[in-house]
Amino acid sequence: MVVAFAPLPVSSSSPQARNFRLEARQFAFSPSELFVNPGDILTLELVSTDVVHGIYIDGYDLSVEADPGRTATLTFIADKPGSFRFRCHVTCGAMHPFMIGKLTVGTNNWLYRSIGFSVLAVLGLLLFPRTDPKIKL
Amino acid sequence: MELTRLSLLESALKSRYPQLAVFIVMLVGYIFAIIAGLIGTPVGSSNFSIVFVWIAWWAILILIAVPFFGRGWCAVCPIPLPGEWLQRGAVLGPHGNRWSSRRRGTDADSVLLDRRRRTETKWLNLRVPKMFRNIWLQNISFLLLALFSSVLLTTPNITGIVLAAMLFAAVGLSMVFERRAFCRYLCPVGGFIGLYSQTAPIELRIKDKQVCVKCKDKPCYHGSSAGYGCPWDVFPGGLTRNTYCGLCMECIRTCPHDNIAVNLRPFSADLAKPSARMDEAFKAFIMLGSAMIYAGVLLGPWGMFKDAAYNVGTTAWFIYAIIFLTIIFGVLPGLFTLGLLQTKGAASLKQRFASLSTALIPLGLMFWVAFSLSFVLTNASYILAALSDPLGLGWNLFDTANIAWQPMLTSVLAPAQTLALVVGLIWSARTAQKSANEAGVSPFTIIIYCLIATSVMLWLLL
Ligand code: SF4
Ligand code: SF4
Ligand code: SF4
Ligand SMILES: [Cu+2]
Repeated sequence: MVVAFAPLPVSSSSPQARNFRLEARQFAFSPSELFVNPGDILTLELVSTDVVHGIYIDGYDLSVEADPGRTATLTFIADKPGSFRFRCHVTCGAMHPFMIGKLTVGTNNWLYRSIGFSVLAVLGLLLFPRTDPKIKL
Repeated sequence: MELTRLSLLESALKSRYPQLAVFIVMLVGYIFAIIAGLIGTPVGSSNFSIVFVWIAWWAILILIAVPFFGRGWCAVCPIPLPGEWLQRGAVLGPHGNRWSSRRRGTDADSVLLDRRRRTETKWLNLRVPKMFRNIWLQNISFLLLALFSSVLLTTPNITGIVLAAMLFAAVGLSMVFERRAFCRYLCPVGGFIGLYSQTAPIELRIKDKQVCVKCKDKPCYHGSSAGYGCPWDVFPGGLTRNTYCGLCMECIRTCPHDNIAVNLRPFSADLAKPSARMDEAFKAFIMLGSAMIYAGVLLGPWGMFKDAAYNVGTTAWFIYAIIFLTIIFGVLPGLFTLGLLQTKGAASLKQRFASLSTALIPLGLMFWVAFSLSFVLTNASYILAALSDPLGLGWNLFDTANIAWQPMLTSVLAPAQTLALVVGLIWSARTAQKSANEAGVSPFTIIIYCLIATSVMLWLLL
């Protein structure tokens, strides 16, 4: 429980405007990993180098499409911290469902908490190995 | 709890008609998937074969069927049916009067019966050679598909060909060998369903051992006028694990003493008695490793790996294949062995390796659940669209063809994945404690191994 609710150190940098030029090709984005701070104003310029591609950001539920050679722009405030996949949402070929990148806003707290949970669970099992076998959680 | 006490369920399982009805639906769906794959649109996400096999079927298999019903899928799987029907020369049961004149009772009779059954069949009906009577062929067939999976998962043509090939292979093996040789020894899916079915809360077992001891004919294995001998080549009277029982329900029909039950039981009851087979131990590593590799390659942000996995035949793909196999046969079992070396016990290293790898079974299952949750929820919206336009020809049967792609349940995805992985970790740690106890060693290093693997998987998925 402590792991779940303990306040994690907050990064103190003040919000900035940030520009990323994202090149999309079959079947990858470049750069494919973006790191920003919470509150940053993000502008993504999506440029496609082959066929029509899109970008959809999980969690933010935002998207934009870019025709080949044209730049499409998506501006938003990265106000949700955590790690989100972004993916192409315009069918662009075979591996389209796996055309994925990652946007990390601040620290990926959920990951660290999940690992914390795992460690605690294992510690608990090692310290009290003889719990009732029916209690799995 | 014995489910077959429910008389409605029991009669539904004993009768061949409900099963046949499901079989026919499945077989029609399967053949349609082959056709759609071969003649439908080459765009995977709008083709019935890709969407129904790799999204819908896969979701049901790994999220529901295997965890809760073990080999439940095999009970309704269409792949072995044409072969089995040909082999038997019948779609329903044996022709009653062929046997009914025979008096049951003596051993000589049953041998005669068995021999007659063997000679009567038109086909070769050979026994599978001993060296193949393990799951190494299944390990290999799974790995072959796994190495081509990026193409297989996304190309309708290839999916159609692979589905058809499985059907034909099953028919061919039924002609040459007795019973379901394809299911037991070759099916790439059957191997891991069997491994993970040990965790399921359902089992088919005998009710009373003494009844079997006294039972002379053993029609559950040899067959009788009421039905066929176990198609999966197991002796139902000796079942202790789910791994190789395909839940085909034949023995419920053939046992004259009504001695077969389907039971509800605690999860993973089979893992309390670890098997000591190397083929199964490596299956656990293959499945654990593939789940991690897929999570990284398919769902990760690294385009380079995706290119390598997709461009089969290129140098990059060969390197990918080598890395894939090295992780599965080198890194994962290697680190596991290193962990085992820290333990001291009476059992040989090989025995400890085989029995402690049991701990990886719940872990691997939950890795697959966590991986599939992400893959399935993001792509589930294709199912409705493909239902209306299965071949991608612009049909609109149910007015759902134009449903836009939209990931589902995005807000619960990460919590659900964490839950699955942490539950898997606890489950495997408890399994490790039990099997370590059995082998007389300390489970500590194996639990740490599971913790590290879980952390890597969390990092890949979250
Ligand atoms: S082993 Fe394979 S072919 Fe046989 S029933 Fe199971 S899934 Fe189907
Ligand atoms: S399960 Fe039935 S048929 Fe098979 S040995 Fe036992 S009593 Fe005989
Ligand atoms: S005959 Fe019985 S033991 Fe054999 S596979 Fe079918 S259900 Fe399982
Ligand atoms: Cu795309």
